[in-house]
Amino acid sequence: MRTNNEPVHVQELISKKKQSKNLFLKFEKAIPIILFLIASVSVFTTIGIIYTLFSETIEFFKQVSVVEFFTGTVLKPLSQDPKFGVLPLIMGTLTSTVIAMLVAAPIGLMTAIYLSEFASERIRKTFKPLLEILAGIPTIVYGFFAFTFVTPLLKHVIPGLETTNILSPGIVMGIMIIPMIASLSEDAMSSVPNAMREGALALGATKLEVATRVVIPAAFSGIVASFVLAISRAIGETMIVTIASGSSKNFTFDLTQSMQTMTAYIVEVTGGDAPAGSTIYYSLYAVAMTLFVFTLLMNLFARYVARKFKEEY
Amino acid sequence: MAGAMTAIPQAEVKKRANIEVLRTLEQEKEVVFDTQNLNLWYGEKHALRDINLDIHEEEVTAIIGPSGCGKSTYLKTLNRMVELVPSVRTTGVIQYKGKSIFDKSLRVEELRTQVGMVFQKPNPFPKSIYENIAYGPKIHGIRNKMILDEIVEKSLRGAYIWDEVKDRLHDNAYGLSGGQQQRLCIARCLAIEPDVILMDEPTSALDPKSTLKVEELIRELKKDYAIVIVTHNMQQASRISDRTAFFLDGEVVEYDRTDVIFNEPTDQRTEDYINGRFG
Repeated sequence: MRTNNEPVHVQELISKKKQSKNLFLKFEKAIPIILFLIASVSVFTTIGIIYTLFSETIEFFKQVSVVEFFTGTVLKPLSQDPKFGVLPLIMGTLTSTVIAMLVAAPIGLMTAIYLSEFASERIRKTFKPLLEILAGIPTIVYGFFAFTFVTPLLKHVIPGLETTNILSPGIVMGIMIIPMIASLSEDAMSSVPNAMREGALALGATKLEVATRVVIPAAFSGIVASFVLAISRAIGETMIVTIASGSSKNFTFDLTQSMQTMTAYIVEVTGGDAPAGSTIYYSLYAVAMTLFVFTLLMNLFARYVARKFKEEY
Repeated sequence: MAGAMTAIPQAEVKKRANIEVLRTLEQEKEVVFDTQNLNLWYGEKHALRDINLDIHEEEVTAIIGPSGCGKSTYLKTLNRMVELVPSVRTTGVIQYKGKSIFDKSLRVEELRTQVGMVFQKPNPFPKSIYENIAYGPKIHGIRNKMILDEIVEKSLRGAYIWDEVKDRLHDNAYGLSGGQQQRLCIARCLAIEPDVILMDEPTSALDPKSTLKVEELIRELKKDYAIVIVTHNMQQASRISDRTAFFLDGEVVEYDRTDVIFNEPTDQRTEDYINGRFG
């Protein structure tokens, strides 16, 4: 506390401080460089991963032809006469993803419409955190939920269902990604300005017409983004399919059969003893590369769609 | 004096009487909205108190008053947009063409197709100019492309913006200037051919030039529509309206023909407000 009653000279105090501040100023100048280096970590990691994937994939293609890999419908890595066709795995991945999206897209979107356009503030406030809890359940739990609950349940409806099959994990994956679609789409829809809803309501539109013909088109790019994230999540999902779909490398359209996804294949092979440098070992990288390209294309496509249909406001 | 009275020729007397009749006829234009003892609460807040007001066909009715006096609330009650606020509660009667707008048999969407609204800030949809106009007819089931084309042109012409946008009907409406956007919103409202147009400070977000254009438009529109306009701008009210209601603290202080309100108001508060002593 000040005891004497001399007036305060602010400028004087500032200039006194300034002298001791020089060191700080130098530090201040270094800050952007330090932050840049920190920010680069993730970029360099990504580049590193891509580099490894590439170089090991090239090794693989020295042993197995590209044509055989991408057109082969038989995957028998451990047999005497090994075959390395990736199509069964792509089939498994696409099938499970499509099933998941068939479950998640309508339910997720309708949930979002309800929460954003119809639900009262109170319901929304209790509902959304619940959804987010659903999103936080570890996938291994979903995996044995699919295996021990959904598959037996489905067997009552489809007697021919195998114990491990692609249908059950597909559905459960769908349930898993519902919150993601619902929550992100709801965010996109809630951020559409109220003035637009009012404009439509004042023309005699019903709430549903406002939702489907003003809000959804206006939030379209956000909704597409949520779908893409959900698809990427489904393509990359590993645990559920590993547990509930088994490891048969079937190339089939029969949903009641066991199929293996790309991710589950990687789990299987890395779980076994694939000696470094063997063809099996390199096939991991080729499959991982394929997976990577898949999600990359998915993202590019989504960006294109989102931009094409974006409604600017 | 008596001599002067008799000096008025018979024909002149007749003419004056006719003018009187004409004037009363003019004043008695058909009532579209008849408000009786309207009270409205937002939760605990008593926002409108015992409102009694008639809105007439083919007239511009201006509602003036300081911020928070309830004038926008009253406007939004007329097409029941006020019910978007969850805590709202009303008592009293509003009759639209003789029928209560709070009647359970009246669908609110039906009311809003007959009572259009233009908002304070232009709020076009993030769609093309064409789609903005066609939106209303489309949700009411008009799908024929040729009819839609016709409606779009007619509405845009009606809002005097056709010439400015006819070459870019399929461009995004957000590429227009603020004043054009507002006239587009008026055109959007005209597209479903309502009977009444409610305007909530339609020029407050516009520059003076666009404001004049919108005012001209309002003067044109009143030939076919009843227009209720909420405005902060008293000059605007005196320029374009036939009747003016002065709202204060949720009550109608005075409601009369605009020239009466602006030249010889009966209430001291009206006079003070009009002369800029408060508000």
